[in-house]
Amino acid sequence: MQVTSQQFKRKAAEALANPQLRKALGNLRARMVSGRARSLLELENLEQIREAAKSARDFALAHLDHLLERFELNACARGAQVHWAETGDEVNQLVLEIARRNAVRKIIKSKSMLGEETGLNHYLEAAGIEVRETDLGEYIIQEARETPSHIIAPAVHRTAEEVADLFQQKHKLPRKTDIGEMTREARMVLRPHFLTADMGITGANFLVAETGTSMIVTNEGNGRMTTTLPRVHVAIAGIEKVLATLEDVAFILRLLTRSATGQPISNYLTFTTGPKQAGDKDGPDEFHIIIVDAGRTRVLASDLRAALRCIRCGACMNHCPVYQSVGGHAYGWVYPGPIGAVLTPAYVGLDNALDLPNAATLCNQCGVVCPVKIPLPDLMRKLREQQVERGLRPWPERLTLKLWAWAALRPAAYAWITGMLARIGRWAGGSKRLIHKLPGGAAWSRHRDMPAPSGKTFRELYRHRR
Amino acid sequence: MRVGLFVTCLVDLMRPSVGLSALKLLENAGCEVVVPTTQTCCGQPAYNSGDRRSAQALARKVLREFSDCDCVVVPSGSCGGMIKIHYLELLEESPELRPKLQHLVENVWELSDFLVNVLAVQRVPGQFHGTVTYHDCCSGLRELGVKSQPRELLAKIPGLTLKEMANPEQCCGFGGTFAVKFGDISARITDEKCADIVATGADAVVLADVGCMLSIEGRLRRGGDANTKVLHFAEILAGVTNDPS
Repeated sequence: MQVTSQQFKRKAAEALANPQLRKALGNLRARMVSGRARSLLELENLEQIREAAKSARDFALAHLDHLLERFELNACARGAQVHWAETGDEVNQLVLEIARRNAVRKIIKSKSMLGEETGLNHYLEAAGIEVRETDLGEYIIQEARETPSHIIAPAVHRTAEEVADLFQQKHKLPRKTDIGEMTREARMVLRPHFLTADMGITGANFLVAETGTSMIVTNEGNGRMTTTLPRVHVAIAGIEKVLATLEDVAFILRLLTRSATGQPISNYLTFTTGPKQAGDKDGPDEFHIIIVDAGRTRVLASDLRAALRCIRCGACMNHCPVYQSVGGHAYGWVYPGPIGAVLTPAYVGLDNALDLPNAATLCNQCGVVCPVKIPLPDLMRKLREQQVERGLRPWPERLTLKLWAWAALRPAAYAWITGMLARIGRWAGGSKRLIHKLPGGAAWSRHRDMPAPSGKTFRELYRHRR
Repeated sequence: MRVGLFVTCLVDLMRPSVGLSALKLLENAGCEVVVPTTQTCCGQPAYNSGDRRSAQALARKVLREFSDCDCVVVPSGSCGGMIKIHYLELLEESPELRPKLQHLVENVWELSDFLVNVLAVQRVPGQFHGTVTYHDCCSGLRELGVKSQPRELLAKIPGLTLKEMANPEQCCGFGGTFAVKFGDISARITDEKCADIVATGADAVVLADVGCMLSIEGRLRRGGDANTKVLHFAEILAGVTNDPS
């Protein structure tokens, strides 16, 4: 996907001015935040499970080389074909080669964020292959020619009314407003595609090393059909998705679905181990798994490594006051919210996403809700440090910081300067004791007054008191 | 007990009444309070802006200034969290500071936490007649576990009724330099907070960090609300007002 993260401020401003988006994001917050909180209460030993999940993910990251080879061995033993891709382009080429070899004309797709990273749909369409997204949210944004704005609810930026308009226009059927009816209509439109597709593409929530299984967590049944109906199934997964054992998957799932949607378990869990075996009633003739680096080994070797623990639940963005205000598109790439503010610069380059690690209040709501305890604010701060080290911050900001630090390290000068500021501020505040225009603080003064200081610093008052 | 008061840079410049209140509350409880006059800032603005070197220099300065105190008390969860949670990582390249640093980190307290859990304060001098609502400031809440302490203290004031807002733990949108770098987004977040506050019909919103106070009060006033008071819990407890000097 094209990276537009450098336009964060402009896109955020547009998002703030969009009342439909505000409504849609309000719904998201109400549903996801309370749902998560309620469902996690069911787990008596929540903290133990979180600690175990974190350890299982850390173990996998520490033994990636070994576990991935074990995965390959076990997957191949069941008849799957494993491919390795270093870049997103290689992923696209591999998928196209497999498609060409099998004379594929139509592909159905279950949701894959890695596919968004590589721009897989566009690549395949440019090669003349029809690609159909089948996850309802992905289907909506494909029809609307948009990109996902959330990692598990890709069309969350759209209200039901907007989707009703879109369906009426695309399906050429009477407009429906009931969400159940709209879903049935989408299902009716999609069903023939499921039955005529030659290939199914899925992502993978996890790869299980001990069994060679690729698994996905879904709610709509489209994933199950994508993995079983077409003659060829291709799963694409980042190298970090591996887990050592099925048991690891089992307890991480207890956290994943609850953290994501507040469900104790998703409607479907699909475990795929090899293609159709002798005696199986269904399943693809060929099953390919493409294991992808695309920047992940670089992150693994960096101090941002903890971000690779992510199990893609989306809780960090659901709880983020910035995401709740501007939605996902402002972030300008595949992963929005706090995890996106870390992964985007890590994958596409620090200088291609300068605003992202800074566009956070560091309230640590994300760090608190993350089921695998990724210290997201700390990682954003590390990225801010890298920006300073590489001289990527604008000069007025650097100068201000330097002057401030110079003064703060010299108590006499600092006392004099703050004493002056307290007096000037008192005077500027007038009788209402509010400063309407803060010199050098236009972004503040556009929306807020500044309560004026009271005329003397604490330091001065304390000296008088003694 | 020799208690060092770390005033914080925002209290010093913007709201000295909070520092005076903290001083009064600690002295009333029988503490010997020392206020190093060379203190300036904990270094958090530099730390969060990625200027690690300046942050380290300021952290070393705080460490020097408070090295002879049994405890250090801070009327801010944000600066308290900076010292208690982040100094160890920030100064990890200076192992020679480790013993002193360990002592500081183990003995630094957010004010309400100290009043409740160390001093077990039973009576407070302040008075307030009316309804207040309490905003949980992010760092105090999520880094230091400050949640029940200020509420327990406010409950000791006769005539004060606490009415909780819908989302007291939601960030107010300040975020230090965030409010200046991303003013539009910051203001939207503060709007949600202000709406929650106003919906309670409280006479005052009470909180524990001057940063959040500036953000919330500034937005309330710009929005035309001249009545809802924005108070630090220490001001209410000590009965000290923020009048011009």
